[in-house]
Amino acid sequence: MRYITPRKAAQGLGSAHSGTQDHWFLTVTSCALVLLTPAFLLVIGRAIGLPHLDLVAYFGRPYPALITALFIVVGMMHFIKGTRIMIDDYFQHTARKVAIIVSVVFSWAVIAAAVFALARMTLATVAI
Amino acid sequence: MADVNRGNRPLSPHLQVYRLPVAAVASILTRITGHALVAGIVLLVWWLVAAVSGPRAFAAADWVVRSWIGFVVLTGSAWALWFHTLSGIRHLFYDAGVGLMVDEARNASWAIIIGSVVLTLISLILFFFV
Repeated sequence: MRYITPRKAAQGLGSAHSGTQDHWFLTVTSCALVLLTPAFLLVIGRAIGLPHLDLVAYFGRPYPALITALFIVVGMMHFIKGTRIMIDDYFQHTARKVAIIVSVVFSWAVIAAAVFALARMTLATVAI
Repeated sequence: MADVNRGNRPLSPHLQVYRLPVAAVASILTRITGHALVAGIVLLVWWLVAAVSGPRAFAAADWVVRSWIGFVVLTGSAWALWFHTLSGIRHLFYDAGVGLMVDEARNASWAIIIGSVVLTLISLILFFFV
């Protein structure tokens, strides 16, 4: 017998029984993405159409590389939590677990590919 | 019992004939745009990886990005990104307890829908003409 009220036991937990971390994580990343989104659109808009070598040099510069890396890393982590809400709504049992695993693995694969490409382009233009 | 009207009462909203409020449309679109954005990200990340994979890989990815397929995917992604961004900002206001009244939610939904289209057009103009 625990001498606490039911309200105290439930406070801050929510329907997922694991607190409200997912919601708070989405809030924090969404604030970052509000700033990153216009910056990323400007960066990517200037990149599309560049010849191959110019493109590599362009993403070798700090601002385009950092904005693109931040947008894709923060965006895909936001995507993981966002799909989690959708998965929790529409899938149950094993299908739910599989969907969560696929979503997380896929998102980190996208992050890894983008960071690798950006690192490669940055290193390619370091020895000027 | 004999006088009970059994056939002429209003039915509960049926999804096929129920006209969704604009706030519901905006809410559903927020989820759809958030998930659909993965198409634009995958296309761009493939393009970035191709740029460090070699000239032939880049030529293939760059052709797709600059073709009409790329135009449709990236323009759609730009709209989805603006829509999701504006709707996300609205959710930040919701969390602060602002804009929760029915008329406020309706007006904000129209602002998000129209604003996302306007911002997409501005993005396209900046991309093609500046």
